[in-house]
Amino acid sequence: MRKQEEGSRAVAEAVALCRPQVISAYPISPQTHIVEHLSDMVRTGEIDPCEYLMVESEFAAMSAAIGASAAGSRAYTATASQGLLYMVEALYNASGLGLPIVMTVANRAIGAPINIWNDHSDSMSQRDSGWIQLYAETNQEALDMHIQAFRIAEQVSLPVMVCMDGFILTHAYEEVDIPDQAQVDSFLPPFEARQLLDPADPVTIGAMVGPEAFFEVKYLAHAKQMQAMDLIPEVAGGFASVFGRESGGLLRCYRTDDAETIVVALGSVLGTIEEAIDELREQGVRIGAVSLKSFRPFPLAEVREALGHAKRVVVLEKTLAVGIGGVASANVRTALSGIQLNGYTVIAGLGGRSITKESLLRLFEAAGRDELKPLNFLDLKTDIVDRELARVHASGPSGPHEENILRDIGVVAAEAH
Amino acid sequence: MFQIRIHGRGGQGVVTAAELLSIAAFEEGQHAHAFPTFGSERTGAPVTSFCRIDQSPIRSREPISAPDALIVQDPTLLHQVDLFAGLGDDGYVLINSTRSFGDLGLEEFARRFRPERLLTVPATDIAREHLGRPLPNTVLLGGFSSLSGAVSIDSVAKAIRAKFKGSVADANVVAAEKAHEYVQRERTELAAHA
Repeated sequence: MRKQEEGSRAVAEAVALCRPQVISAYPISPQTHIVEHLSDMVRTGEIDPCEYLMVESEFAAMSAAIGASAAGSRAYTATASQGLLYMVEALYNASGLGLPIVMTVANRAIGAPINIWNDHSDSMSQRDSGWIQLYAETNQEALDMHIQAFRIAEQVSLPVMVCMDGFILTHAYEEVDIPDQAQVDSFLPPFEARQLLDPADPVTIGAMVGPEAFFEVKYLAHAKQMQAMDLIPEVAGGFASVFGRESGGLLRCYRTDDAETIVVALGSVLGTIEEAIDELREQGVRIGAVSLKSFRPFPLAEVREALGHAKRVVVLEKTLAVGIGGVASANVRTALSGIQLNGYTVIAGLGGRSITKESLLRLFEAAGRDELKPLNFLDLKTDIVDRELARVHASGPSGPHEENILRDIGVVAAEAH
Repeated sequence: MFQIRIHGRGGQGVVTAAELLSIAAFEEGQHAHAFPTFGSERTGAPVTSFCRIDQSPIRSREPISAPDALIVQDPTLLHQVDLFAGLGDDGYVLINSTRSFGDLGLEEFARRFRPERLLTVPATDIAREHLGRPLPNTVLLGGFSSLSGAVSIDSVAKAIRAKFKGSVADANVVAAEKAHEYVQRERTELAAHA
């Protein structure tokens, strides 16, 4: 059914259609609307049977999901930002134990300084936690990916994070097609636990493993992600045949066939990137884009095939790995090992800084002339940085950067930019 | 593509207004995309929301910097926020005020624009009368429907009923219709003087 509604509500409706049996969550912006809707649906009996646990923290949310999943229930949670960081220890347990939990990450920056707006620092910090990570471009894809995520998670026995841009997607009203229950039921069979905690037939899950076998258990986690590499496109294909639309998969190419310049990015920014690409294409510029939809597992071979013929690759990412630069770009470079081309990393959109078509056009034009540096910061206000550096240089104890900079630019309280 | 930017204060339903506008456009078979810029949300703080309406699917995710239309829910923002940034000469402006553009000190500013596209509507008064609360957002959408023609008043009513229920929905629909009639009259008068 086609509807004009908020992304968070669309995702909540998709999760409900997946018949979750336990939802444990702790609210945090910009994820809150999702779990609010779900808690309403459990209360009104729209999702039944299901237990909604309003826990005391994100650590508890993931711990409860682990317990529920280990006891054979389909378990779901959602979080963002500091909330994701707070559950990190449990995240590794969920993946290490091979529990097929599905979690939405409503992508948001990590403090300090505190910031509620969108970037990918939160989920990217957990790229190596053993979870599968999928990144949605639109609200339609976000809701479709959740339905696929349960299939993938349960088939390969790994937890899946569905990452969607906070506010930009979660709080956006756009058209979505919500499938009906019969369609989802035909696509997603009931959860059959591969391992089950059962008081009548006790087993230990998460036993201590010493040097004699720890390595092998960890290797199996990698092997399962490699299985997921085959499974993700297969599930996307199955989804397309049931629901009649393309969603998910490992990656998506846009006008890359003859492209000399290819932009690689994740998530909702692809929309604005495509607008910029179409404008440049009209001027005869051979440029295209690759949307990385699965970041873990990272589709090395597919990325290599998509990018290998280009003259240059621009990886635009909403994460700054302080002290080195890009995260996605490092992975892309691994995929391009041995291929000679110019590679540029562009850090953009941190803490909700808008990524505009105008800035992208300037960036892509500069890329086309190979005028970019290896590491670039899109729309970084260098004058502000320079003034703060000068203050630090001039005086001894100069105080916190964030306070100094807010005073410098005359902002009393933070607002969107 | 028709791009609308809505300015107001926290508590005035700025975000809801953009959402309703997008639902109204959807009801007409158009594509629409509404989204807010969230500050650290608190009552009274300046809030901006956006709505894009188009015949084809909308891909852009950037905030609207060059709007075709502005809805100003709180005229006290005129002195606080650069409300008119990026608005083209053919732009529409609807301000919630009992005063005219001239009385608001906008006479000079208004010269750049087409006079029939600039209007004020006493939305807070209409809201007080029909809703019993000074919530101007749905009222302004009724007025905006007449001013811009971007969506019909019937679609605005449908959107209100999609989001609200019962007597709240009824009262908001009536308030929106009153503002629609008010703006229709104003436009007829302006046309008579032109």
